[in-house]
Amino acid sequence: MTPILAVEGLTKRFPVRRGILRRVVGHVEAVRDVDLAIAPGETLAIVGESGCGKSTLGRLMLRLIEPTAGKVTLDGTDTMALKGPALRRLRRDMQIIFQDPFGSLNPRMSVRETLAEPLKLHGLADTDDTIAAAVDDLLMRCGLSAHHAGRYPHEFSGGQRQRVGIARALATRPKLIVCDEPVSALDVSVQAQILNLLAALQQDLGLAYVFISHDLAVVRHVAHRVAVMYLGRIVEEAPAEDLFAKPLHPYTRSLLDAVPRPDPTRRRETVSAKGDAPSAMAIPPGCAFHTRCPIATARCSAERPALRPLGTTKVACHHAEDAPVRPAAGVTASDALRKRLAILNERRRAREAEVTA
Amino acid sequence: MSEPLLKIEDLQVHFHVGGTVQRAVDGVGFEVGRGQTVGIVGESGCGKSVTSLAIMRLVPRPPGRYAGGRIVFDGTDLLKAKKRQMRALRGGRIGMIFQEPMTSLNPVYTCGAQIAESLTAHSGLRAHAARDRAIELLQLVGLPSPEKRVDDFPHQLSGGQRQRVMIAMALANDPDLLIADEPTTALDVTIQAQILELMDDLKTRTGAATILVTHDLGVVAQSCDQVVVMYAGQVVERAPTAALFADPQHPYTIGLMAAVPSADGAPQKLSTIPGSLPPLDRPPAGCRFAPRCALADGQCHTTPPPLREIADGHVAACWYAPIEGTS
Repeated sequence: MTPILAVEGLTKRFPVRRGILRRVVGHVEAVRDVDLAIAPGETLAIVGESGCGKSTLGRLMLRLIEPTAGKVTLDGTDTMALKGPALRRLRRDMQIIFQDPFGSLNPRMSVRETLAEPLKLHGLADTDDTIAAAVDDLLMRCGLSAHHAGRYPHEFSGGQRQRVGIARALATRPKLIVCDEPVSALDVSVQAQILNLLAALQQDLGLAYVFISHDLAVVRHVAHRVAVMYLGRIVEEAPAEDLFAKPLHPYTRSLLDAVPRPDPTRRRETVSAKGDAPSAMAIPPGCAFHTRCPIATARCSAERPALRPLGTTKVACHHAEDAPVRPAAGVTASDALRKRLAILNERRRAREAEVTA
Repeated sequence: MSEPLLKIEDLQVHFHVGGTVQRAVDGVGFEVGRGQTVGIVGESGCGKSVTSLAIMRLVPRPPGRYAGGRIVFDGTDLLKAKKRQMRALRGGRIGMIFQEPMTSLNPVYTCGAQIAESLTAHSGLRAHAARDRAIELLQLVGLPSPEKRVDDFPHQLSGGQRQRVMIAMALANDPDLLIADEPTTALDVTIQAQILELMDDLKTRTGAATILVTHDLGVVAQSCDQVVVMYAGQVVERAPTAALFADPQHPYTIGLMAAVPSADGAPQKLSTIPGSLPPLDRPPAGCRFAPRCALADGQCHTTPPPLREIADGHVAACWYAPIEGTS
């Protein structure tokens, strides 16, 4: 199957300027030599800590910023060759959802205006009636109702604003949406609503997602495939199940161990990654992770491990073959929690049935 | 055990905004024993941060107002204490750690100077001794090469290192109580794990009691002895940590736990809590969670449920607790 999106050798260097003359004193290599492909209807998660380049990678994929080197192919079309109207046409197929919907929605535009704009720009609806119908449809799809259309962003809660952000992205009927930390700013109960909405939309519309996140628990729930980034490079890429069952890169393992488990009977794992991530301006030679790695050897500081296939996984570690098998994690929810949740859900369904009857 | 170190009773903190009275904290009560770690958990707007600020009497006034209740710290009611008394307590017997160390550290002073200031102000140390003690404290919180770092400005440190400096400052005068408001929320997971490990380690070494305010049930499970669950300005459930997770009682606690995605096991469809937080200026007459609750009936909508003891040391404010299957 042709991937909906493929990137090859994608690299982005940002100049660092200092002083009164704004002289270039160095470069930050935000993204280095990334190859990825996303199948239609698939969710690829890009995981990493702050400064690893995951957001830059997401923007490069959409050509919101220009890469220093490399190629982006959308649905078989090389986007690097396109400009102007042809590029704008292509943008219909790729959209983005941001972390902070309040910062990304125009506060002076009502929801109707926000949603109508892409429809008009891309010629998807032109008469007032078709626009109104399309806006209502978008709102319904995203769990809002038609009466929300006249409201402004400040009148919504965080979760509702994110729904508006999703509706805006859906307006152009894209094939691919880059979700940049879409639930990081939301409370857990709302976060669950948004994640379920994204899953339902994917099922209905066959969307592909690039899901950028620092939260491995969230990623476990949404991703089909996961790419882990560290200091601009992908260090491990694998089907989600395999990555969580048998992470091969020591950085992936330390990320997984560091997630606080909501289960007091389980002791916190000792932190395996030491110290802080180095600056992206001075990336260590050899394996970039060797300064924090619990299993680094002399070879790791001298020779950079290439991203190589190992089973279903691609991994950039000299010692990937020696990766320990993780003990199978127990189920976290207690019996009482599950039993009571079942009662609450049953009662809720009964009530909903009553209301509809 | 004798008197608890901190006892909060029926605390009321109101905010007067645009002609409305927002009851941000409405009748909150709990205790913190000496050396104990108590977690306050809840979603945004539940009043957990305002409660922690009220203990330090740091709620901005206006628009805030302490409308009632008592906060008794080691025999003194802090809501009645003199300003001078409060100044001596803050950073002295009560230390604080906030979420964003960059905004709580002063950018124009070195880390060492800021720790030393707290030492000279509270313990009356001379400048030289204070500097030595600052280096000792930075060593204690695991900052690499503290004798150099002591002269660094906050912007020269990473987020995790800044939080270590904040912790060093909070611990400077051997506090009896440490209040940490979302201390790891702004940090990356590997750094969060390091900081939580450090706080655990320091707790056993210094014996300070801790109030840990967080939205993260994972952090609570790993670090706290007792948990207070808040919703819309009130305590809905309070229990020893193990009991809360093994046997959650309040429908809100149950909904919250079920909404947390897990990094282990096969992914499942996440549970959600329908609806949203009620307005804090016009809260529902009965149980505040009733509009979102699957069990709510007539009584729930008219009469607020009191906190009742369900099991030993485990209280919940729900007419239907313990929830048992009837169908």
